[in-house]
Amino acid sequence: MKRRNFLIKTGLGVSIAAGLGVSSCGPIRRILAKQVDETTLPYDNDADENIWFQIMADNTCILHSPKVEMGQGIFTALAQIAAEELDVDWTNIKVVHASTEHGPIDAMSTGGSLTVSGLFEPLSQLAANMRALLIVNAAKAYKWPLEQIKTDAGFLIYGNQKKSYGELVAGITKWDTGFKEPKLKDKKDYKYVGKPLPRVDLLEKITGKPLYGIDADFKDMVYASVLRPPAFGAKIGAIDDSEAKKTPTFIKLVQDKDLVATVAGSKYWADAAKNALKVDWIMPAKLVQQEDVNKLIGVEKGKKIVIQKEGGRLSDIDEVFTQNYESPMGAHGHIEPNGAVAFFTPDKLTIKLSTQVAKMTRFQVAEALNISEDKIDIQAQYLGGGFGRRLLTSHAIDAARISKVLGKPVHVFFERREEFQNGFLRPPCKNKLSATVQNKKITHLEHQTASADVAFHSPLLPFFVKPLTGPMAQGLLGADFGAWRGGMLLYHGIPNYSTTAYHNTLPFQTSWWRGLGLMANTFAIESFFDELAINYKIDALKLRLEHLADDESGNAMKGVLNVVAKMADWGRKMPEGTGLGLACSTDVTVPVAQIAEVSVIDGIIKVKKVYCAIDPGFVVNPDGVKAQCEGAINMGLSSALFEEILIKDGKATPDNYAAYGISTIKDAPEIETVILSTGEKPKGIGEPPIGPIAAAIANAVYAATGKRLRKMPLQEELNKQLV
Amino acid sequence: MEVSFQLNNKPITISVVEDMPLLWVLREQLDLKGTKFGCGMAMCGACTVHVDGEAIRSCSYPVSLVAGKKVTSIEGLGDKNNLHPVQKAWSEEIVPQCGYCQSGFMMATAALLTKIPKPTDEEIDQNISNICRCGTYTRMRKAIHKAAELS
Repeated sequence: MKRRNFLIKTGLGVSIAAGLGVSSCGPIRRILAKQVDETTLPYDNDADENIWFQIMADNTCILHSPKVEMGQGIFTALAQIAAEELDVDWTNIKVVHASTEHGPIDAMSTGGSLTVSGLFEPLSQLAANMRALLIVNAAKAYKWPLEQIKTDAGFLIYGNQKKSYGELVAGITKWDTGFKEPKLKDKKDYKYVGKPLPRVDLLEKITGKPLYGIDADFKDMVYASVLRPPAFGAKIGAIDDSEAKKTPTFIKLVQDKDLVATVAGSKYWADAAKNALKVDWIMPAKLVQQEDVNKLIGVEKGKKIVIQKEGGRLSDIDEVFTQNYESPMGAHGHIEPNGAVAFFTPDKLTIKLSTQVAKMTRFQVAEALNISEDKIDIQAQYLGGGFGRRLLTSHAIDAARISKVLGKPVHVFFERREEFQNGFLRPPCKNKLSATVQNKKITHLEHQTASADVAFHSPLLPFFVKPLTGPMAQGLLGADFGAWRGGMLLYHGIPNYSTTAYHNTLPFQTSWWRGLGLMANTFAIESFFDELAINYKIDALKLRLEHLADDESGNAMKGVLNVVAKMADWGRKMPEGTGLGLACSTDVTVPVAQIAEVSVIDGIIKVKKVYCAIDPGFVVNPDGVKAQCEGAINMGLSSALFEEILIKDGKATPDNYAAYGISTIKDAPEIETVILSTGEKPKGIGEPPIGPIAAAIANAVYAATGKRLRKMPLQEELNKQLV
Repeated sequence: MEVSFQLNNKPITISVVEDMPLLWVLREQLDLKGTKFGCGMAMCGACTVHVDGEAIRSCSYPVSLVAGKKVTSIEGLGDKNNLHPVQKAWSEEIVPQCGYCQSGFMMATAALLTKIPKPTDEEIDQNISNICRCGTYTRMRKAIHKAAELS
């Protein structure tokens, strides 16, 4: 079947600038930064229609998804899109993860809130093509006149004759592929798209079906536990396994160069055996401490780029209002640990795992084991949480190597403490904002944001910035675009504004986390706006509305601000000890405004309700959008109020859930979401709603108590101020 | 050692390593994988099952302690043709996102409802201490109240 040109293949537009060289990098970097901030990556794969859809004899249709389901609900949205244009009954469509061997796998990743926005048009067209293909072949098989064939919910109809898709497909040995590319449906005729249909994976998830990477297995599988460094930079020295050998079901110790693992008949005993090893760890000369992190990350520290600049700089003459803000390092906290199930044979390597990067995993495993990619099949499983953590899946290499040594299938998963120590962290962020206000109007606004690696040093970077290799892209881009995500000022009604990003790499890995820098940067910008409003006695909503430009993005933001203000009855008088806080942000061009209603009793912050207005463009599943808003608000609330990772003697601390303090149901607010739906195309929803929540809470705490919290975690900061 | 107990209403006798946690016996020996491993320290609740009707965290519960008792896992709570009221409520409120922690939450909720058939918000806060990183708590609270009505 011929390939379709609607599968657009473009990078980020970086190639245009790359040719100009790095010499005049100031303005070019700014152009690049703007592109990176605004571009939603198109779906990148050139697989054929027949790999996407499998029509079974019983007339069910299997959609092979090139993107993974990590809770964000994309299987449901993709099923709606496919069912719509293919014209199959919604309940007859099943979605599975495509495997790298048989299916269409996205070359980049599942992440960045890009699945539905990137796939809506290509998948609609593919499904419509598939339907056209069925009609052409029905005409041939049944000798029906082509123009008079109709379809209805999985059936081909001519006059009073009716055949199911399944029946037709089962009878075809050679497909006629000469169809005319059909037009897509008018949106007003949609039956499934736009409806709040329940998740396609709902029943499996409420009945405990084994869907996840850790549930995967092979016959005669054994369990291994990899020895991982207890501190950054620690290397394995001499090992005494005399005690480990005594643990029940122990099989053996695998030592393959730098890879050491215990193997047993159970994950539990493999872990126990590993923890019984006596290891002489070779520690680095100096262990990393939190002070090292604090010294490296800050405004004016490290590489610097101006990512946004309009008008002039602040002058020394005017009165300048300045504040500093700080966000700590964080952990992902996904509940399913990382790991993989692998079976290596000389002919084929099969790996089952929860991953956001099936294709990159295959590439990395091939490199590490020096085998060709076509001998490797990566079978993505449902993810027990993603949040960016599963963009790095080097444990697949561990599992493959151990299976190769053992000659057996093996199950290799992290322990919880290793998730904190041996994964990667959300980097810290420090921000400085300065403004000049004259006659209640902001004349100048400057934002400086400093953070560590997110995209840089990530194996994914070359996939984002295609024409460049990693280090070159890093040089050209200057500061890390992942870290400054959310750092660009939206208030283009201000005559003079700029954002400068600073970047240093820490001596341990920091990287992707839901929304990247979005929550931290928004916390700083939107807290500062609240401070400006208080300091210059301007209503916080009015201050925002008046400094947004009269353009597409400015008006979209005004839309959600006005809606959320109405929802929360902004400006109402609040009882003592309670307050409302407003904040907003734009991510992947989706504006979100939130108002948090908090009470502070005996120094305890309680978020009672969050009002959320979002405009993600055309909506495929409104219930899915609401679920993502609720989830992002709860995750952001937990991170903003409670969570912090500090480095002590080379260790990420704490290393367990209880001490890390992830929120529970008692902390969860009531949430009311209103969806505006401006425009024809769907945009992303997985990350945008995590932007405003931290600032909304901090601003509400100020309204309730008069205490300004400029540092997360907010509860700890309030405790300090109350001492 | 051999241990005999009722598992999802059926008697079972199985050879186990004495101090192995119940979680791994269920998952690895009995192939009941609806009960999840999250932390191994009884902190997250992903591994919650019932032992004689009480919600326990099976990652930290030695299998030897279930001798002669009734164990119920998510697979025994209800199935697709006969959903437990908690599962029905979870379905109606469309609670799960990634879904990984949900078995544990549903088991904890089912045990709560046998003790407190109509829990208040405060009673839910005090009794449901599992962790959901997707942040489905807001819908869970609605589902718990709905399950109380359906029970």
